[in-house]
Amino acid sequence: MSLTYDDVIAKYEPVLGLEVHVELNTQSKMFCGCSTIFGAEPNTQTCPVCLALPGALPTVNEKAIESTIKIGLALNCSIAPFSRFARKNYFYPDMPKNFQISQYDEPICVNGYVDVEIETDEGPKTFRIEVERVHMEEDTGKSLHVGGATGRIHGAEYSLLDYNRAGIPLVEIVTKIVPGTGKYAPEVARAYVAELRDILRSLGVSDVKMEQGSLRCDANVSLRLIGAETLGTRSETKNVNSLRSVERAIRGEMIRHAELLNNGERVVQETRHFQEDTGLTRSGRSKEQAEDYRYFPEPDLVPVAPDAAWIEELRAALPERPSLHRKRLQEQWAVPDKEMSAMINADVLDVVEATVVLGADPAKARSWWLGEISRIANEKDVAIKDLAIAASDVAEIVALVNAGELTDKLARQVVEGVIAGEGKPAEVIAARGIKVVNDDSELMAAIERACAAQPETAQKVRDGHVPAAGALIGAIMKDTKGQADAARVRELLLGHLGQATN
Amino acid sequence: MTSLSRDDVAKLAGLARIEMSDEELVALSNEFTVILDAVARVQEVAGEDVAATSHPLPLQNVFRPDVVIPSLSPEQALSGAPAQEEQRFRVPQILGEE
Amino acid sequence: MIRNSASEMAAKLERGEITSVQLTQAHLDQISAVDTDVHAFLHVDTEGALAQAANVDAKRKNGEKLSPLAGVPLALKDVMTQKGIPTTCGSKILEGWRPPYDSTVVVNLRKNDIVILGKTNMDEFAMGSSTENSAYGPTHNPWDLTRIPGGSGGGSAASLAAFEAPLAIGTDTGGSIRQPAAVTGTVGVKPTYGGVSRYGLVAFSSSLDQAGPCARTVLDAALLHEAIAGHDPKDSTSINAPVPAVVAAAKAGNVKGMKIGVVKELNGDGYQKGVRNRFEESLELLAAAGAEIVEVSAPNFEYALAAYYLIAPSECSSNLARFDAMRYGLRVGDVDGASAESVMNLTREVGFGREVKRRIILGTYALSSGYYDAYYGSAQKVRTLITQDFNKAFELADVLVSPTCPTTAFKIGEKADDPLAMYLNDIATIPVNMAGIGGMSLPSGVADEDGLPVGFQIMSPVMKDDRMYSVGSALESALLSKWGAPLLSTIPALAGSK
Repeated sequence: MSLTYDDVIAKYEPVLGLEVHVELNTQSKMFCGCSTIFGAEPNTQTCPVCLALPGALPTVNEKAIESTIKIGLALNCSIAPFSRFARKNYFYPDMPKNFQISQYDEPICVNGYVDVEIETDEGPKTFRIEVERVHMEEDTGKSLHVGGATGRIHGAEYSLLDYNRAGIPLVEIVTKIVPGTGKYAPEVARAYVAELRDILRSLGVSDVKMEQGSLRCDANVSLRLIGAETLGTRSETKNVNSLRSVERAIRGEMIRHAELLNNGERVVQETRHFQEDTGLTRSGRSKEQAEDYRYFPEPDLVPVAPDAAWIEELRAALPERPSLHRKRLQEQWAVPDKEMSAMINADVLDVVEATVVLGADPAKARSWWLGEISRIANEKDVAIKDLAIAASDVAEIVALVNAGELTDKLARQVVEGVIAGEGKPAEVIAARGIKVVNDDSELMAAIERACAAQPETAQKVRDGHVPAAGALIGAIMKDTKGQADAARVRELLLGHLGQATN
Repeated sequence: MTSLSRDDVAKLAGLARIEMSDEELVALSNEFTVILDAVARVQEVAGEDVAATSHPLPLQNVFRPDVVIPSLSPEQALSGAPAQEEQRFRVPQILGEE
Repeated sequence: MIRNSASEMAAKLERGEITSVQLTQAHLDQISAVDTDVHAFLHVDTEGALAQAANVDAKRKNGEKLSPLAGVPLALKDVMTQKGIPTTCGSKILEGWRPPYDSTVVVNLRKNDIVILGKTNMDEFAMGSSTENSAYGPTHNPWDLTRIPGGSGGGSAASLAAFEAPLAIGTDTGGSIRQPAAVTGTVGVKPTYGGVSRYGLVAFSSSLDQAGPCARTVLDAALLHEAIAGHDPKDSTSINAPVPAVVAAAKAGNVKGMKIGVVKELNGDGYQKGVRNRFEESLELLAAAGAEIVEVSAPNFEYALAAYYLIAPSECSSNLARFDAMRYGLRVGDVDGASAESVMNLTREVGFGREVKRRIILGTYALSSGYYDAYYGSAQKVRTLITQDFNKAFELADVLVSPTCPTTAFKIGEKADDPLAMYLNDIATIPVNMAGIGGMSLPSGVADEDGLPVGFQIMSPVMKDDRMYSVGSALESALLSKWGAPLLSTIPALAGSK
């Protein structure tokens, strides 16, 4: 018999711990000059260093250090005046050296926090998530499992390894234990990861694409009886690759733990894998016998001791906190909460802002990005930001509409053309011969042609049946290839036929 | 006197990923009794007040600019591979976690 | 021609008396003649060497400005990568591996148009003091083929003593350049740590490893030192400063007014009588040349060996983890249904020799949780104490000196079953690596009791490598005046030798 979530929280208090891995968006890898571009042909971005060929030595990417310090500062951490790389020794085929260069007891950033706000039954409430450390390390290669059922490791006959990803800079952000979130634990975790993602994006240090693995979350969950002091045994859930999954995985683990505890069973300390399809976790390797990583200072690299001036320079250049920034925009634009969430969920807030900065009216900018452009993205099944249209294009189109150079309908054609790769708005307009027919004499000629072609309809309008004008307007618009301003056509037509143009 | 049992050595060999015969394990365990006594002498002078040296020179902050340099060709990268397929290193089935 | 020093060969090349192709061929002929007995080489690159020699000859003919050692052949220790040339490190696990890249040392050799003859034998992954730990069989000491040529760079040193090459590259983690030089009557220099790039040097113990020159004269070593040294952005531990003026120091050979410190702890009991006699004699010659001899004490050196046999195995246990049968090298046990883990285990069982396994296990233990502080951590503290001893001693003396090793070359097989006795060979050379300073060994004669070469060690502070060349060169010329001919002119002729 399965428990409900309410049963769980009535009896137990969840304690969380979150480890987030972020791939930095540096041009080159952490310890060598290989490119980091995502999706390249296998083993085309490798060298003696990241393949761990005998004799090769690592060298530290300065940009990666800078990005990590920025992250630390943005998360309110202290930056260590002296930190070191260490080797974490364990054998695994996707890790060419069979040790990972990481940081151990001397990480670069320590003791920070992130505040997140969530909706509770008592209204909005802020939770403070304390950050224990932020440290640098390197990513592993990717394995493709061949044979067996579903490309999974179990039952595979052999594996194929691609080391393009090996050595991409990773930053690991580890929280202290997070107690006191009660029934909101899943939402708090989700809000934390979302806030981290926004902060990292605002810093420009990572692509933060969870679906591509450039931001990955491991969630530690344990339960204890409400009021109890000692912590329960935790499980560590990996492969949590979307915000929604963070929430689901934690909720699922809370229920699973509670069922075990209620049945008098023990929670096993282990790694579990989140299954996107079922929302459940599956047991991975048991950590009962703890790995002995034999950490020691990396002798091939020298210590990192960032000087205070550099740190202060980076601190001064930090962008506004995303949560504050959002509040400020919402006020400035006078946008209702619902609209604001729509922009955030559609991930267009920053392009809308960029469009507004370029002179567009906030409401117009919003309606283009959330409306027509979103629609096209959906149709093509791509992310809005992957479309070939920039904030500057939208700002230009909005300006043309305001100037009466384009109608809304024509503007949609221009947007479509830009996205289709036909060039900048001006180029699309020129190439497609799009223009508003606002020469009244040209319009009058078309009106006369229409009235001549449909004399009965024209007569009806003259007789006061104004709605009949619709058919004439349609014909005129067709005659002018849709380039006329329909309102102006209507005005001229009604005048021509002796009717008031209210 | 520090000593390592046959089982201790077997555990270390497991960590170091080296298959060892029983004979070898026993022989190493005997040798280690002597060797560990010799090396344990470092503890005689390694007081609390002595700093550890992990690097012979006091260098720090050695970085390289974030610039892409050409990689090996995939042919070069895979030139030493005991087995390969689809431009990837082919390795036996991997046990353990995903 | 092959018995000349490298600088003499370079002079003849410059004067056009010989070509690099002739010189290279002469050495290739000597290798064919004697290497079956000596076994200094694991791989001879006849074609590549002759092509490189022809190229230098063409440049010279075109009047291009060439470096001082252009066209002179050299033997490369098989621990250095050279693109397309087998690099085994004396191990089965790398049999047949051809690196797709050049080490920085090789890049520098090419820049200087030094001709690379081939790769020399060594103890597997540079772990050993006798070259008996090579998976491809031992190298024999040209002074007495039943004896060891030292190690780990026994192949490089033996190739010099057998006139198979006038120059060689070695690497020194605990004495692997200096001890072989001592027991073969040749010159070997371990530069300051960070003086020569480690990029492409297959790591044994990263914080101790250092490549350096091997030669038959101090000046030759200096010329090679200058050719291979200098800052390398590919090695984060490389020193970004000008190379000390070692050639000028070797040419001047001036010790007037220099203070030479004799390290009390690196002499006396445990040192063979003939070794001590030659050492005393050398001190007298240096005093006669105008140096002041003082005694210094380094009380913590007695812990150096213990610390070394914790630090080096710890680092090696991690450095050698990459040899796992996945990406290159040997693969054993890849049968249907085998797992990657079992293939790793079996490959490493078969691919590594006994000494390598012994050190990997020892290092794994020293780093493991619960033992780290007692072993690796304590060893690092000893390292601090040794450095402090050196710093104090260098306040009293410009250089420090000692015998290079306690004994002359022992018989092949004599110490094979006693790792601790074997480790004692390095007792006088290890402190230098622990502190990252420079060290040189040059021949000081032969021991009276066995007629085998004895080495004299000179140690200089960080980046003051020029000082050991000054002292080495002064001693070398004093000894030459005394003997009338270089020590190696007295080496017994090898069968078939030219």
